[in-house]
Amino acid sequence: MTTGIPQSPGDGLTPVPLAPDQKLPAPKRLQSPKQIAWTRRRRSMARTWAAYRKSKMGMAGLVILVIFVLIALGAPLLASRESISATGAEGAAWESPSAKFPLGTDNLGRSVLALTIWGSRISLFVGLVATVISMFIGALVGIAAGHMGSWRDSFLMRVTDWFLAIPFLPLAIVLASLLGASIWNIAFVIGITSWPGTARLVRAQTLSVKTRPYVERARALGAGNWHLVSRHILPNVFPLIFANTILVVAVAILSETTLSFLGLGDPLSVSWGTILELAFGAGAATRGAWWWLGPPGVAILLVVLAFTMCGYALDEILNPRLRRR
Amino acid sequence: MTRRYVVRKIAGALATLVFVLAFNFLLFRVLPGNPAQILARNKLLPQDAVEQLEEDFGLNDSMGTQFVKYLETTFQGNLGISYTFREPVSGLISERIWPTLLLIGVSTVGSMVLGLLIGIYGAWRRGSGFDVSTLGGSLVFYAMPEFWLGILLLIFFAATLGWFPISGIVTPGANFTGFAAAADVMNHLFLPALTLTLGLIGEYALVMRSSLLDVMGEDYLTTARAKGLRESLVLRRHAVPNALLPTVTLVALNLGFIISGAITVETVFSWPGLGLLTYDAIQAPDYPLMQGLFLLFTAAIILANLAADLVYGYLDPRVRYA
Repeated sequence: MTTGIPQSPGDGLTPVPLAPDQKLPAPKRLQSPKQIAWTRRRRSMARTWAAYRKSKMGMAGLVILVIFVLIALGAPLLASRESISATGAEGAAWESPSAKFPLGTDNLGRSVLALTIWGSRISLFVGLVATVISMFIGALVGIAAGHMGSWRDSFLMRVTDWFLAIPFLPLAIVLASLLGASIWNIAFVIGITSWPGTARLVRAQTLSVKTRPYVERARALGAGNWHLVSRHILPNVFPLIFANTILVVAVAILSETTLSFLGLGDPLSVSWGTILELAFGAGAATRGAWWWLGPPGVAILLVVLAFTMCGYALDEILNPRLRRR
Repeated sequence: MTRRYVVRKIAGALATLVFVLAFNFLLFRVLPGNPAQILARNKLLPQDAVEQLEEDFGLNDSMGTQFVKYLETTFQGNLGISYTFREPVSGLISERIWPTLLLIGVSTVGSMVLGLLIGIYGAWRRGSGFDVSTLGGSLVFYAMPEFWLGILLLIFFAATLGWFPISGIVTPGANFTGFAAAADVMNHLFLPALTLTLGLIGEYALVMRSSLLDVMGEDYLTTARAKGLRESLVLRRHAVPNALLPTVTLVALNLGFIISGAITVETVFSWPGLGLLTYDAIQAPDYPLMQGLFLLFTAAIILANLAADLVYGYLDPRVRYA
């Protein structure tokens, strides 16, 4: 990877050209290969961040995300847990927005603002857990197929294609319905249905990394499969997996919302999807209660938009196919 | 078209179909919630009745025998009996498929025409205000759950303004005939179709835009210009027809997306199609119905992909000789 950004001299890795009257610096302490690798990775991350900061779209997305993460973490400070339980409701039913309830109340008299704040926790949590599962399976299958090659590759890609052929929502509905409603099951279902795209992407990148000279060199020096994958292939495929991860979170959050809206969510926890399900089920749409149906949807829209913006911005920096354009 | 290409594509689709059948069979027998467990959950059922039901469902046979039986009945078009409707699943599906086909058909055509036009104009005037705002709009519609968009349209145009009916496919109690009946259905169709269309436009626009931008650099456009063709003719006769190719596959790829959309949007507008039937199956839960719908949706998508591959191979010789 060559970029126009100058590499910092004096880190013991790049030869520093000496001025005629300059003395050689005292030899630095020898570094272990691990330290060298990490110094390189840190530098590469700093370079990525510098490029990322120039992307307006990426920074806007990041700011929105930070705000939502702070809201999710600080939920107990912003609204009491009591106020969103059916018994602890503080207002009258179906109140339109007022000074006390900026976003009105639901059919039980609970503040919609408090519900939306608490809902961010479950929605983000399910989105992240689902993404971790999806990424794990996708990366495992992709690297295994790309690295092992031959019939194993064909077999794994055939299976991936099969899963790609099955439409996501009907499969997720069937699985969620059979497994029962809980936030872990929902996360699992989304994770297990959304990995094929990642697997293909990772496989393609693995195939390209595999043919590079340094992998050949490591193999010639007697490196085993585990060493090759963990030290050479994974670190080079990782940036792409990371960019993809962020895009998958957006899809996972949307999926959670859809499954919850169809009544497959955890009835005991409040997520943006379950708020919408309750509201629609209670007839909020026909009563024109926009303050109940609006906020959770706007929150989903903003978070998904933010993840997508961050993902595209990162993809543009990290994806070798896009970078060349 | 070469025979080898056609045979390979059809064999691939058949293999996928067999995988889906096996998967569908295992899914409903291995996971918790299989018929035997559901029966066992009902403590009031006398033991001999449970045994009789197990016999009827064929649950006492070996897995292999059950699978063969399952394949046999499925290929005969027998998808079992719905728990809630107490009717054959195949009958329910064939009853409810028409409203869904109407909804999906209208939204696909609508989103394709609008999306392609937006994409062509955006690529032609790249970087203009129109281009930037439609790109942003596509992103926003992508980030929105489709059912939520439907709910917003419902609140605004149906519940508040009263321009369109809130739910259903025909006005209950009204006995329209001929033109009036068709107009009534169109009136009910408008909002659900608009929701699905808005959800799909973005993707067609994006694919058309990038495909046209790719084509713009091709040598044959330089040739066309060198012949002295006007820019609009270069675009219309040479660039657009070639750039349209990738959108052919998109129609098939989008079918999965549009089915997902139909499930939630039909739920919002109580549109009596397969989506609403899926929602009913979830609420019960009605496993034979769910299994039948799952099989139908998956088979439809496999066949659509096969059709797209064949059409694409016919249209673009570069693909079939690759």
